[in-house]
Amino acid sequence: MRGRPFLGWFVAPGVLCALGLAAAMAAVLQYAVRAHIPGSLGVGGFTLENFSGMLRPLYASVFLQTVQLCALTALFSLLAGYPLAHALVHARSAAWKSAVLVIAVTPLFLGEVVRTYSWLTVLGNSGFINGALLWLGLIDSPVQLMFTRFGVVLALVHVTLPVMVIMLAAALSHINADYLRAAMSLGAGPVRGFLTVTLPLSMPGILAGTSTAFAWTFSAFATPQMIGGGRVNMVSNLVYQLGFASFNFPFAASLSVVGLALAAAVLALLRLGTARLERLA
Amino acid sequence: MRYGLGLRALRLMLRLLVLTILGFVLLPSVVVIIAAFSDRSILAFPPTGFSWRWFARALAYEDFQSGFRNGVIVMAWASSIALVIGSGVAIALHRYSFTGSRLLQAMLLAPLVVPHFTLGLGCLILAAQLGVARTMGLVVATHVVLVLPFVLRSVYVSLRNLDGRLEQAAASLGAPPGRVLWTVTLPLLAPGLAGGWLFAAILSFNEFTASLFVTAQRTQTLPVAMYNYVREYADPTMAALAAIYIAVTALLLLVANRFLGLGRVLAIDHGH
Repeated sequence: MRGRPFLGWFVAPGVLCALGLAAAMAAVLQYAVRAHIPGSLGVGGFTLENFSGMLRPLYASVFLQTVQLCALTALFSLLAGYPLAHALVHARSAAWKSAVLVIAVTPLFLGEVVRTYSWLTVLGNSGFINGALLWLGLIDSPVQLMFTRFGVVLALVHVTLPVMVIMLAAALSHINADYLRAAMSLGAGPVRGFLTVTLPLSMPGILAGTSTAFAWTFSAFATPQMIGGGRVNMVSNLVYQLGFASFNFPFAASLSVVGLALAAAVLALLRLGTARLERLA
Repeated sequence: MRYGLGLRALRLMLRLLVLTILGFVLLPSVVVIIAAFSDRSILAFPPTGFSWRWFARALAYEDFQSGFRNGVIVMAWASSIALVIGSGVAIALHRYSFTGSRLLQAMLLAPLVVPHFTLGLGCLILAAQLGVARTMGLVVATHVVLVLPFVLRSVYVSLRNLDGRLEQAAASLGAPPGRVLWTVTLPLLAPGLAGGWLFAAILSFNEFTASLFVTAQRTQTLPVAMYNYVREYADPTMAALAAIYIAVTALLLLVANRFLGLGRVLAIDHGH
């Protein structure tokens, strides 16, 4: 094809959109290095105080907790997602396959608020789990599940599971079945075949799924907000609180910047570690 | 058969494990649907009676109604604008090599990895700096940025599957580039465009975190209205709305699976 007809028309709106996004990110960066004027929405001069303020134990512990929650969620999401993805790819009957698919994927389209609210009805003091345990006579008084890390991780795994399943299933479906058949015909049992053939070959999917689950969890807001109830806090909750309760937008911006850098660093480490593992294997 | 018994036990265990995980996925939806029919004004298990009144209240609640209207308006605008922008960029990226194409692609895909609270905060600060009020326009603009990566990807994938010879044939028969685009490329892309729009629409309608930052009382979308309701009230009205949400979504997915093949859309199956 000669020339590049309509290139400008095709690209211009996209460039405009990218510029808007860049401006929004620049706004966050710029606010991060501005002084907060208490009681005002305006900002003062340039300062690095926001970043030194973050060294206080309160904020350091929230960062640590956020990374821990993200890692736990990614891990359990992987452990729960793998069997589902495996069942999805290797299903023999079409009905079973579409049942697994629809059940596994539906939560993705429900939105964070509906899903988290549903977990409130499960985990609450008068919710399903406590109701069932009390009714069975296994406990005398409700077990505290709300406002605990256990509850938050449980709901976060539920949020990230569909994406994990989709990514793992895509990777598993690309594995040539002949490899496993060859291993089995050479005498490997199903367990050994899985551990030495299927699992290593699905590594790209595991990596993609785990890092996406990590990033999604980092971005989660409604789940830690509603189930953590202020007692289990993630960076997102702190940013919102600082912005809309204290109107300290500069500090909120600096927290987002550090959070973003931290998430990027962890993801890069994860990628590096897995690359090394793959080379060793 | 050396593995006979062991293999069967393994299969059974795997099946049980899968059923348990599916139970975990289904549990909150089932529980919230049961809670929606409760006859008491606080959540309690096991339920003591049956009533439809929370559904009536959910449908009549003013904030949910206005949130639904706002959500539909934002969804329609944002996904349509994203579709136009996204297909333009996808076609340009697919066909031409131009300076800055990789940068443009990276920038437009960034919302996939940048946390939504950071994006929401950025849009809010930017709007404040530019002196823009928290209007529907701001919400739509934020949503366009958020859903664009999905549209871009969906259109790009269908472009790659499109037979380029058809365009060449039209061009060699004398059709000018505009006519090729309008009569050959776009009609062939229609399924990809529809899929991208639908995906964008669903994501926009459900988007919560960024919306919370950029909406005001008058422009709040349904997820924001739901969040505010849960913060203020503990009655099962929200459970009824969640039940409606779950029923409609499950129905849509079953239909999509029947007619489009969900596996193919999500790239889990390929070429049978």
